Amino acid sequence: MSAATSNPAPAQGEFARFAARFAEDRVAVFGLVLLLVIVAMALLAPFISPQNPYDLGKVDIMDSRQPPGTKAGDGFAMLLGSDGMGRDLFSSILYGLRISLTVGVLSGVLAATLGLVLGLVAAYAGGRIETLIMRIVDLQLSLPSVLVALILVALLGKGIDKIILALVVVQWAYYARTVRGSALVERRKEYVEAARSLGLSHARTVFRHILPNCLAPVIVIATVQTAHAISLEATLSFLGVGLPQTEPSLGVLIANGFQYMLSGKYWISFFPGLALLLTIVAINLVGDRLRDVLNPRLEK
Amino acid sequence: MLAFVIRRLAQAFFVVVAMVVLVFFGTYVIGDPVWMMVPGDATQEQVEEVRRTFGFDQPVYMQFLTFLGDVLRGEFGRSYVHGSSAIGLILDRMPATLELALAALILAIVIGIPLGLFAGLKPDHPVSRGIMAVSILGFSLPTFWVGLMLIMLFSVMLGWLPATGRGPVISILGIETSLFSLEGWRHLFLPALNLALLKISLVIRLTRSGAREASLQDYVKFARAKGLSPRRIIGVHILKNIMIPIVTVLGLEFGSLVAFSVVTETIFAWPGMGKLLLEAIQRLDRPLIVGYVMVVVLLFVTINLIVDILYSALDPRVRLTGSQS
Repeated sequence: MSAATSNPAPAQGEFARFAARFAEDRVAVFGLVLLLVIVAMALLAPFISPQNPYDLGKVDIMDSRQPPGTKAGDGFAMLLGSDGMGRDLFSSILYGLRISLTVGVLSGVLAATLGLVLGLVAAYAGGRIETLIMRIVDLQLSLPSVLVALILVALLGKGIDKIILALVVVQWAYYARTVRGSALVERRKEYVEAARSLGLSHARTVFRHILPNCLAPVIVIATVQTAHAISLEATLSFLGVGLPQTEPSLGVLIANGFQYMLSGKYWISFFPGLALLLTIVAINLVGDRLRDVLNPRLEK
Repeated sequence: MLAFVIRRLAQAFFVVVAMVVLVFFGTYVIGDPVWMMVPGDATQEQVEEVRRTFGFDQPVYMQFLTFLGDVLRGEFGRSYVHGSSAIGLILDRMPATLELALAALILAIVIGIPLGLFAGLKPDHPVSRGIMAVSILGFSLPTFWVGLMLIMLFSVMLGWLPATGRGPVISILGIETSLFSLEGWRHLFLPALNLALLKISLVIRLTRSGAREASLQDYVKFARAKGLSPRRIIGVHILKNIMIPIVTVLGLEFGSLVAFSVVTETIFAWPGMGKLLLEAIQRLDRPLIVGYVMVVVLLFVTINLIVDILYSALDPRVRLTGSQS
C-alpha cells in the first residue's frame, strides 16, 4: 500500500500544493478551463446542440451551405452555418468533438498501458529483453508518426478500431522510452531492495512499488501525446484514410468542407478546424505547465 | 573512426532488414492480398487463378524469398492502377517531392534563424514573446488545417497565389524543376510554407536557445571587448557556433519533411510521390505502397547514416561514447 491511502492528510496537502503551483501560471489555468469547457460541451452534446445532425428527420437539405447566422428551416439560428448536407455546423462540431476526444483518449490510454508495461519490463529485466524492446522503440521513433500511421491504416483498412490501433502503435514507444528512463533510476533505490528482501514477487515490486514513482513524466507525455493523437486522427481522416463518414470526427468534417473552400464557403472547414485547434492548444498548455510543475529540478 | 563507420553501417543494414521483414509480414501475411485484387463478384476459380499468378499459393518462406529478391533488384511489381512499374512511377514523382522538401527546408532556415536569433538575443523584447508564441502555435497547429487556411487566405480571398498544382518545370542537368522560374515559385511557395511551418518553429527554438547560451560565453565577451561590431559578433561568432546542432537536426528532419509531404501534396494537389502514396492507399495498390515504403525507409536510413558519420567526424565524443556501450 502506498503512503497516500494509509495516511490521506498529507496527500491532500500535496495535491493542494500541486494545484496552487499549477495555478501560478494564468495561461495554463486558461488552458485548463478551456479544456474543461470543451470536454463538457462534447459530453453534453445531445443536450446543448440545437439539432441532432445525424437524425435524418431533423436535417433539411434546403438548409445546406448556409453562412453563419442563417436561420434554419426549424427556426433556430445556425451560429456557425451549415455544411453541404444541411447539417447545423455547431451541432456537428459538438458531436465530432465526442468522436475525436474518444479516439484520442482511448488510444492514449492503451498506448500508455502498453508502453508502461514494456518500459518497466525493459528496465527491470535488463539484458537481452531490454535490448530487444529498446531496439524496437528506436526503430519506431526513427520513423515519422504520420508515415507509420498512414501505412498501418493502408494495411488494416478503415474503421474506428483500426485507427485506434494505428495510433497506439505510433505512440507506445514514447511511453516505453520515458518509463524505462525513470524506472532505471528507481530500480537502484533502496526501497526496491527492501521490497525484494521482504520476499515480494517481481511483479508486485515492479507494479506496486516502482510504477507509482515513474508516473510523473508519464502524465506529461500523456497530455502531449493525446493532443498529438487527436491531430493525427484528424489528419488521417482528412486524407480520407481515417474514420469513415459514419464516424464524423472533426477531421472528417474538415474534409467534407474542403470541396467548398475554393468557392469561398470557408466556414464548413474553418470552424471544425478551429475547434480542433482550440482542443489541441488547450491540452498543450496544460501539458506544458504540468511539465514545469512535476519537474523536480524546477522545484523552488 | 573506421570502426564507428562499420558499426554504424551494420546498424543501418539491420534497420533495413527489419523493415523489409515488417513490410513483408504487413502486406503479405496480415490479410489476404488476393481479396484486394479480385472484384467483389469473382468466382472461386478466378480467385485461385489470381492466387497462382501472383504466387500466393507458395509457402510463406518461398514468398518471402521471392519478395527479398524483388527488393534487392528494386522491383516491386506493376502498379494495379497505372499498369506500369511501381518503382518507375515512384522515381518519376520523386523530384517534385524532393523539390518541395528542399524549398521547405530553405524557408525554415531563412525564416527560422533570424527570428530565433532575435528571440535569443533579446529575450525580454515584446517581439520575442510574439515570436515564441507563434512558434508554440506552429507546433500545435495541424499541418493540413494550416494548408487549408493558406489556400483560403492567399488563393481564395486575396487571389495572390495559385492554390493547386505545380508550375511549369524547366529541365536543368536532366532534372526537371520549377525552382528557376517565377511562376514555378508562385506555385511552390504555399505548399513549401505549409510544409515548413513545423520546422520553422523547431529552428526558432533551437536558434533561440543556442543564441542565449552562446551570448553568455567567454568568447563572445572577448569579441566584444576587442571592439568587434555586434553585427560581426552575431553573424560570425555566435552563428557559427550554433549552426552545428541546427544543421544536424535539420539534416535528420529532411526525412520527416518527405514523409509529411503526403499531407501537403494532397491539399495542394502537388504531383509528388506522397500524393501517389495516398492514391495508392485509397485504391489498395499494393506494389506502389510497398515500393513507397521501401524507398522512404532507404532514404531515412541513408540520411541518418550520413548525418551520424558527419557528426562523429565533427565531434569525437559521439564515437567515443558509442564504443563504450
